[in-house]
Amino acid sequence: MSMKVGSRQVDGVTIVDCSGRITLGEGSVILRDTVRDLLSKGNKKIVLNLQDVNYIDSSGIGELVSAFTTTKNQGGELKLLNLTKKVNDLLQITKLYTVFDVKDDEAAAVKSFK
Amino acid sequence: MAMTEQRVSYTLDSSLETIDNAEEKATRIATELGFADDEIMQISMAVREGAVNAVLHGNAYAADKKVTLAFERAGSDLIITIRDQGPGMDLSKIPNPLAPENLLKTSGRGIFLMRSFMDVVEIRPSQTGTELKLIKHVHGPTAGGKEASQ
Repeated sequence: MSMKVGSRQVDGVTIVDCSGRITLGEGSVILRDTVRDLLSKGNKKIVLNLQDVNYIDSSGIGELVSAFTTTKNQGGELKLLNLTKKVNDLLQITKLYTVFDVKDDEAAAVKSFK
Repeated sequence: MAMTEQRVSYTLDSSLETIDNAEEKATRIATELGFADDEIMQISMAVREGAVNAVLHGNAYAADKKVTLAFERAGSDLIITIRDQGPGMDLSKIPNPLAPENLLKTSGRGIFLMRSFMDVVEIRPSQTGTELKLIKHVHGPTAGGKEASQ
């Protein structure tokens, strides 16, 4: 299953609902293009909802890092929401869990933006 | 790989499709050998990362270069070998992805993940290509049970 994204606005925060696989190739490109498009339109409060992301490889991890740093460098914030166990384990193994702001409740994630 | 076979190998193009193909083969074979679900995920992901390295960093998508993927059941081990035809790699230049200065790098985690998921990871670079060997020991009570009963 390739990756699909859909975005919606909640109280000035853009929630990006991702599903499928974030892997080398199409999945990583879709994520990259989505975040860049949001930033170019001035949407700098971004939550990636990964509830339906069932697989991610090292390229996908790199793309999450890239999305995080690109957003930060443009004065925005990017947070992760609803990690599956697989993705959570990967972020723990790679020590990225401490880098990302990870939330498990959408309302709390939206509220957490300054 | 049929359970009666001890070894099977594939010669694959240097393409993105090969990476998905290698992962699918690993998932199927690990499932057939009776590995547990989390071990199947680890094996398939390690193979995917190995295939990514072979296709991207080894062969650099070159149409005239192939990736060889082999699965072998040896005793209580599943041995997976991935060989490319690239220029080889300098193992001393692989950074530690867990070092604070590398945490925000967007690449360089593939070998680390393979080492996290497999029992043995051997990398043998040469000027004519890199050979990667991944070994997973059979831990579960059912793993390889069908083969062992023959």
